[in-house]
Amino acid sequence: MSQSKKLTSHPAKKRFAAVFDSFMPIFATIAALLVGAIFLLLLDANPITAYSALLEGAFGSFNAFAETLVKAIPLLLVGLGTCIAYRGSVTNIGGEGQMIVGALLSTWIGLSFTNLPGWLMITIAMLAGILGGAVWGGLPGVLKAYFNVNEILSTVMMNAIAVQIMNYMLRGPMIDPVQAEAASQIPQTARLEMAYRLPRLVPTRLHIGLLIAIILAVMVYVLLWRTTLGYRIRAVGQNQSAAKYGGIDVKKHIVLALLLSGAFAGLAGMMQVYGVNYRMITDGSATGFTGNAGFNGIVAALFGQLHPLITIPASILFGGLLVGANSMQRIVQVPSALITALNGLVVVFVVSSEYFRRRSQRKRIAFIESEDEGKPPKERSEGLGEAAS
Amino acid sequence: MIKDLFTATVIIGIISSGIRLATPYLYAAIGEMFGQRSGVLNLGVEGQMLLGAFVAYFVVLRTESLLLAILAAIGVGALMGLAMGFVTIQLQATQGIAGIGFYLFGMGMSNLLFQKLIGVVENIDGFSAIKIPLLGDIPVIGEIFFRQNLLVYLAFLLVPLAWFVLNKTTLGLKIRAVGENPEAADSLGVNVALVRYFTVTLGGILSSIAGASLSVALLNVFQQNMTAGQGFIAVALVYFGSWRPFGILAGALLFSMVNALQLWIQVLGIPIPSELAVMLPYILTILVLTLSLTKGKGPSALTKAFEREG
Amino acid sequence: MKNTIKLFSLLLITVLLVAGCTQAAPPVEEPEVSDQPLRVAIVTPSSMNDLAFSQSISDAMQALQKEMGEGKLEYVYSENMFVVDDAAAAIRSYAQQGFDIILAHGSQYGSSVQEIAPDFPNTVFAWGTTVDTFDMPNVHAYEAASDEGGFVNGVMAALLTETKVIGVVGPIETGDAKLYIDGFAAGVKSVDPEIDVRVTYIGSFSDVALAAEAATTHLSAGADVLTGSAQMVIGAIGKAKEAGAYWFGTQADQTSFAPDVVVASQVYHWEVILREIFALRQDGVLGGETFAATLDNGGQVIKINPDLDLGQDVLDEAERVIQGIIDQTISIP
Repeated sequence: MSQSKKLTSHPAKKRFAAVFDSFMPIFATIAALLVGAIFLLLLDANPITAYSALLEGAFGSFNAFAETLVKAIPLLLVGLGTCIAYRGSVTNIGGEGQMIVGALLSTWIGLSFTNLPGWLMITIAMLAGILGGAVWGGLPGVLKAYFNVNEILSTVMMNAIAVQIMNYMLRGPMIDPVQAEAASQIPQTARLEMAYRLPRLVPTRLHIGLLIAIILAVMVYVLLWRTTLGYRIRAVGQNQSAAKYGGIDVKKHIVLALLLSGAFAGLAGMMQVYGVNYRMITDGSATGFTGNAGFNGIVAALFGQLHPLITIPASILFGGLLVGANSMQRIVQVPSALITALNGLVVVFVVSSEYFRRRSQRKRIAFIESEDEGKPPKERSEGLGEAAS
Repeated sequence: MIKDLFTATVIIGIISSGIRLATPYLYAAIGEMFGQRSGVLNLGVEGQMLLGAFVAYFVVLRTESLLLAILAAIGVGALMGLAMGFVTIQLQATQGIAGIGFYLFGMGMSNLLFQKLIGVVENIDGFSAIKIPLLGDIPVIGEIFFRQNLLVYLAFLLVPLAWFVLNKTTLGLKIRAVGENPEAADSLGVNVALVRYFTVTLGGILSSIAGASLSVALLNVFQQNMTAGQGFIAVALVYFGSWRPFGILAGALLFSMVNALQLWIQVLGIPIPSELAVMLPYILTILVLTLSLTKGKGPSALTKAFEREG
Repeated sequence: MKNTIKLFSLLLITVLLVAGCTQAAPPVEEPEVSDQPLRVAIVTPSSMNDLAFSQSISDAMQALQKEMGEGKLEYVYSENMFVVDDAAAAIRSYAQQGFDIILAHGSQYGSSVQEIAPDFPNTVFAWGTTVDTFDMPNVHAYEAASDEGGFVNGVMAALLTETKVIGVVGPIETGDAKLYIDGFAAGVKSVDPEIDVRVTYIGSFSDVALAAEAATTHLSAGADVLTGSAQMVIGAIGKAKEAGAYWFGTQADQTSFAPDVVVASQVYHWEVILREIFALRQDGVLGGETFAATLDNGGQVIKINPDLDLGQDVLDEAERVIQGIIDQTISIP
């Protein structure tokens, strides 16, 4: 793998610099939070109290860390889907809708068949979640490949459509029979059987979804760089005409990139139901169910350099930030709007910090043997944007 | 009951509602189009709209000056645009994600400022409807088209103006060149960065005005998150319109009129589930684009950062 | 690359270990002394100043604070917790911090309350708006019989309309909104079954522009009285104001927004329920009760705009209906 030819002289210093650069996202986050401190001061909040609350809320105790991990699971899954989409040069911002559809399908199955052994139902439910997300991602894929419909448009529209489907199903055919009779009419489903719920790893809210997600991360890595399918997806992503010339069915692989990306989001949706809430409930919006994981997962993937394995710690850290920020809001009682603004600042700072990483990387590398992994595609027809390297 | 849809009242209602609903999309999407034509994707439109909506509203609330409100919105939009420009052009950050960051920031800031500076929902006297003399008196057509407010008229005038700038001016030529092939444009002496800064800033200004059109013209009120995702729809409409101003107009009108239609469907009691009605504009937009044969190819350099050699 | 990952992970683990070791001391449980202020934590799904759902609980807390006196009641809140996950974390965290009462002011928080309440047997959990206490000794449930106020509004609307067409602008077809709207329609029909009540659900809680167009659509279709629910409704009120059509509000007193056309607002006074919850707690009862904000107990009030000239017969009829609901002589289908 890495016979690092980059280390031409002073190997230790260069290795340190490489590591330093990998922590750029963390430095950028700190910088953003420093700017945020100004806002905190303006709001009569003590930044030191606030940020210690944030750290504590994210990592300060066993329970807190478990909460962070629970938050990280959908981020990681959506992030993995984003990695695949990115390598295939498609932009999937339909994660919210795909999560919803995956969750709906898997919940419906779980509620319809109540007498199966737990492990069997969980497996079926996972497949259902994957299928739901795959369809919801594959459809934009087909529209793009065969009808030239831009996927940003189709995924934005399909997000909205998915929300309406969810609202209808949850207040109609899938509503909890208890609710249907009660006056309150809360749009939620019945709870899943005890046996169907994802087992917990430790006596906290953390469920085995974490292990599944990590295993999948490894599998995605293998898929993208060790299989023919992955090679073809990346080839189409790097240069469509060259790929076609080389005999690859470009259209099929565009569909596959979006389909796989959606599948992961769908699984994330299933895990929210089977591992966390044990039922589906809506407040009418997408975010009420997904918690914005459809978008935050994309950000997490970017923090993870769009590499499936690095996305793991990136998701955990980003999850920690989100969990910690909520904790900060509670302790210091600042408006939640500030938390959203901080979230935005962090994203902007981290994405900007790529600049410094690239500059120093270029200075360091005298001659480099082109390593396939981690290198963004050279020419991209579309996408979230190239991290120019 | 479906035939009730074909009465004059309904059709007039759908078209005039459609025109009003389309107004913010027109501002925001045309702004986004300029940016994308020069190669920059901005997903932060929603945040810019919200900030613009708040700032304009706040100025009217405090000073009752509509002119100041628009100037303030322009100022805020320009700032956001410049910031986005700096991050994506100078620092060459990944455009899509940067946009999402600005969206979150804009949304958070507008809510925060509202909570701290105003705190209570109240309405204001914004732009009122202006009847164009003579034209406004034409039966039916006059009612629909010529009795809207100033910001609505300007939004629609923006379309041919944008077309003209893009296709008939040197500036437009430079913008398109930078978006298609920045290296070639650079070698011909075009300042790629400056052109992009211009379009992104313009985009910010127009998105901000889009938000202002909601808070001080169409609705005369500010509420947190009042744009409810319209910024993202606006970005989607740029693709629908194949990066052409009149295509965007068609998309904005299609989407908005179908939205107005679904309201009428519900009002007239046509028995379909409300969620299905709400879905209609989104489904139809995808459908129409799928079946359309005039889809253009996007600017080749869209989302690609550019760096001058040497 | 491989080395990078290794080092990255190592550093991460180190950071976490260090952070974990510097755990803060657990919050000290204050001994139950009667002159300690009552500490309440509120978790709501929207903003505290949304002029609707969350606003009502915020107003209630402020009223109670004034009532109980300086320093007797402290409260904190987490707003915009529309993500159930985050709300659960908030509820748990407040419980851990030792708050006496936790108000989970959102119907979607049920599962969270069900899970967390058993872990904190000394904390009072109140969940609204619903009727289910899960049979837990420390969980109360409260709801608003919004169909009652809806009914009264409907009656008045029916008496005021001249075109016999009434428009309703709703968010999503569920929960509290649907309850209010169904009650409203029933009220209208009870006066005159011929009146046409048209309902649009715009599919969102926040799309003010669409709510405004929905109102415009109703008005074009002949409505001269409008009502609606949820925070985006201010767009509709604006259009009603422009057209001079009457407006009936719910969840908060919307008179100030458009004093010329707002006839009445169904306002929730959660204080009525909260007072009982506080009192029960003093007596050692931490849960198990279901409360409803009704016209009867004052938890729900129809605030009629005093500056509008509605005609005495309308006001009398409203009084009669309110009394009838309280006496249970009038029942709502």
